[in-house]
Amino acid sequence: MSDTEIEFDTAGITRKFMYVNRKAPYGTIYALEVLEAVLISAAFEQHACIVFIDDGVYQIKKGQDTAAVNMKNFSKTYGIIAMEKEDADEDEDMDMVWRIIVEKESMEARGLSRDDFVIDVEVIPSDELAIIMAEQEIVISG
Amino acid sequence: MAYEVNGKSFESDEEGYLIDIASWNEDLAGLIAKDEEIDMTEEHWEVVNFLREYYNEYQIAPAVRVLVKAVKKKLGAEKGSNKYLYELFPYGPAKQACKIAGLPKPTGCV
Repeated sequence: MSDTEIEFDTAGITRKFMYVNRKAPYGTIYALEVLEAVLISAAFEQHACIVFIDDGVYQIKKGQDTAAVNMKNFSKTYGIIAMEKEDADEDEDMDMVWRIIVEKESMEARGLSRDDFVIDVEVIPSDELAIIMAEQEIVISG
Repeated sequence: MAYEVNGKSFESDEEGYLIDIASWNEDLAGLIAKDEEIDMTEEHWEVVNFLREYYNEYQIAPAVRVLVKAVKKKLGAEKGSNKYLYELFPYGPAKQACKIAGLPKPTGCV
């Protein structure tokens, strides 16, 4: 080992990512895979809109119990997204804008409200969401 | 594979990660650390305990960047660096510290 301190250039490129969650949390791997991608996005300090549409709104519903399907309940892991967003909002040195969005129509069609979710979300109708989606550089859907 | 501590056997996977998170205890952690050639100090325990708390809350081990940031927040700026964590756990803080903490092997680039 040499005594030389290695300096890494960590100032990378930042892009606007959108993650569109459309499927129920268990039964397919989509929800968990998208969640992992979002966490990687945080590691690289990218902008991210995390959107829940259709049955995807169930991914962040409170009170999940996965014992009967013998799978890990990963609804708690969405807390990291909320924490990352908080950090990004508070830290002035960090150029990272995060939004957590639930589509209003999908939420209402399932009889849910903002209080039913494990994290704090913005509720946005689909016509406005379409505009936000058009502003993104990369849209990943699962 | 399995670890033997105080006459009890603890099952692990082929890389030495504990199968049952709930069966973890500090004696077992000491033994895993020994296998990893780490002398556990106060500073090591701080990180290991932090990882267990984090996992308990979020059901997942943190990425290194998150770990660094969180350690900085909780234990002070001088401890919140990659260098500090790698000095404690030379073969990778997430990998080694998670193993000692009895957590599953972290996924992704850690």
